[in-house]
Amino acid sequence: MSVESKETSPRIMVQATGVRKSFGPLEVLKGIDLALPHGEVMCLLGQSGSGKSTFLRCINHLERIDFGRIRVDGDLIGYNEKNGYLREMHEHEIARQRIHIGMVFQHFNLFPHMTALQNVIEGPIGVKREKRDEVRERAVAILERVGLADKLDAYPRQLSGGQQQRVAIARALAMRPKLILFDEPTSALDPELVSDVLDVMRDLAESGMTMIVVTHEIAFAREVADRVVFMADGEIVEQGRPGEVLGNPKHPQTQAFLAKVLV
Amino acid sequence: MSPHSSAPDQTGQDRTIHQPIRPARHPGRWVAIAFVVLLVAMFVNTLITNPRFEWPVVAQYFTSGTILLGVQRTLELTAIAMLSGVGLGVVLAVMRLSPNPVLSSASWLFVWFFRGSPLLVQLLLWYNLSALFPDISLGIPFTGVEFIKIDANVLITPYLAALLGLGLNEAAYSAEIIRAGIISIDHGQTEAAQSIGMSRGRLLRRVVLPQAMRVIIPPLGNDTINMLKMSALVSIIAVPELLFAAQTIYSRTFETIPLLLVAVIWYLIVVSVLSAIQYYIERYYARGASRNLPLTPLQALRKFFGIRFGARPSTAR
Ligand SMILES: Nc1ncnc2c1ncn2[C@@H]1O[C@H](COP(=O)(O)OP(=O)(O)OP(=O)(O)O)[C@@H](O)[C@H]1O
Ligand SMILES: [Mg+2]
Repeated sequence: MSVESKETSPRIMVQATGVRKSFGPLEVLKGIDLALPHGEVMCLLGQSGSGKSTFLRCINHLERIDFGRIRVDGDLIGYNEKNGYLREMHEHEIARQRIHIGMVFQHFNLFPHMTALQNVIEGPIGVKREKRDEVRERAVAILERVGLADKLDAYPRQLSGGQQQRVAIARALAMRPKLILFDEPTSALDPELVSDVLDVMRDLAESGMTMIVVTHEIAFAREVADRVVFMADGEIVEQGRPGEVLGNPKHPQTQAFLAKVLV
Repeated sequence: MSPHSSAPDQTGQDRTIHQPIRPARHPGRWVAIAFVVLLVAMFVNTLITNPRFEWPVVAQYFTSGTILLGVQRTLELTAIAMLSGVGLGVVLAVMRLSPNPVLSSASWLFVWFFRGSPLLVQLLLWYNLSALFPDISLGIPFTGVEFIKIDANVLITPYLAALLGLGLNEAAYSAEIIRAGIISIDHGQTEAAQSIGMSRGRLLRRVVLPQAMRVIIPPLGNDTINMLKMSALVSIIAVPELLFAAQTIYSRTFETIPLLLVAVIWYLIVVSVLSAIQYYIERYYARGASRNLPLTPLQALRKFFGIRFGARPSTAR
């Protein structure tokens, strides 16, 4: 727990300061600073290769960062701070932090040998060691909420892409996370399936879930996001309310990107 | 057919359009079939008419006590060697994939040795271990402190030497099979498991291995059948398995061929049973891999006859 997270009036869920990351000689994140208050939805936009996925994956330490700090609800992610230096955490400590951070992937990454219901209860039962009956009940309710009440016993390959992605969202939700990260959740879907997934995400946002969404769905960002962040070449070049950033972009890179996406 | 039958009629349409399509003719196939049938007939003929097969002797020994005990030994050796071999193989595969270079090299070295030298030589080495280490003791290394000390001749029985030889050899082979299975699983599975806070061990047990099984089972089934047959090698160090049992009998009665036939028939029976078991194991691990599970042979039969005889209309209550 840090001191600075307590004094700010709206509690900050995600706080990134000076996050830098390189793959070999290629610097992919060049000092990212941002703060996301509890209960808000942030959409991350940017050209392909600008580092959006990389930054998102740093937040639950699927990638390790080279410099800077990422705090989620006040906890430093992936490192222990002692006497002014950082030491990387042990695998099991990182696993414990990830329990609070859900993630939804572009390609769903459901466990194909488990049914929809088994996918959803695996985390709460196997990782959090909650009681099977309670978890089952909750999982069924969550799957109902995402519109899959009749697909409990279906295997992922028996589901459409949109249904699979909704199971993946249910799997993240069942862990009762503080924060959910979405990495282009609708990019692998046929156009007619996109809206089902976006509806679920909109519903989540309305229920007060804190979310960071990497997306190319500008309409969704405009409608649902509390703030929009635009990244280019590993830096945040513009951020603010969706109306400002999307309606009246200041930075030439943002203007160019939006001109391309909004045709 | 008349030569004009395919000529266009008044409407300009080809009249063959109303004719059923006939399959292509394959005269070559009939020649091949005749040839194969001839060969099979000749083979069956010798089996029946050549008195030196001595089928009555085969029948006499087929279920004799010595042979049955040999079958039991062979099954035991195969089962224990496979189970311990595959168990150790999982450990070796995980070591090999570990980021720790010492662990991965140690695993590589193990596989290199046990896969690289002939099994027969390994069996003889284990059997003669007492020549290398007369005593085997448990104690604190490099201090001379010993808790237990056993004569290697007593500890390493032929049976244990056989198990060590077969098991360690299998470990080396299955390590590679299991490693191939593990790396065939998409890395997204690992990331998804990590994102819900799974530990490495659980990830392996619950997510990676069950999926890798689909890739692992066919070659492991192959290995099991191989192991069953390779276990005949241990007859050389006097372990009374199936081949050794047959040899003991014919060294007495000189009915060599019939007893070797007894052994061959038993091996074939066990292999057939193992293949059937493998089919069901593969089917189990195929769940979720395709939209529908393949039918079991029994279900396929039932479906076939169900349709033929209209056994039970699906609307019946
Ligand atoms: N594991 C890796 N090793 C080396 N380079 C990588 C790795 N992962 C990402 N990169 C590089 O980092 C840069 C940023 O990648 P990232 O996936 O974050 O982009 P992105 O903004 O998510 O793009 P997209 O919209 O196409 O998903 C790219 O140039 C990519 O090639
Ligand atoms: Mg990306």
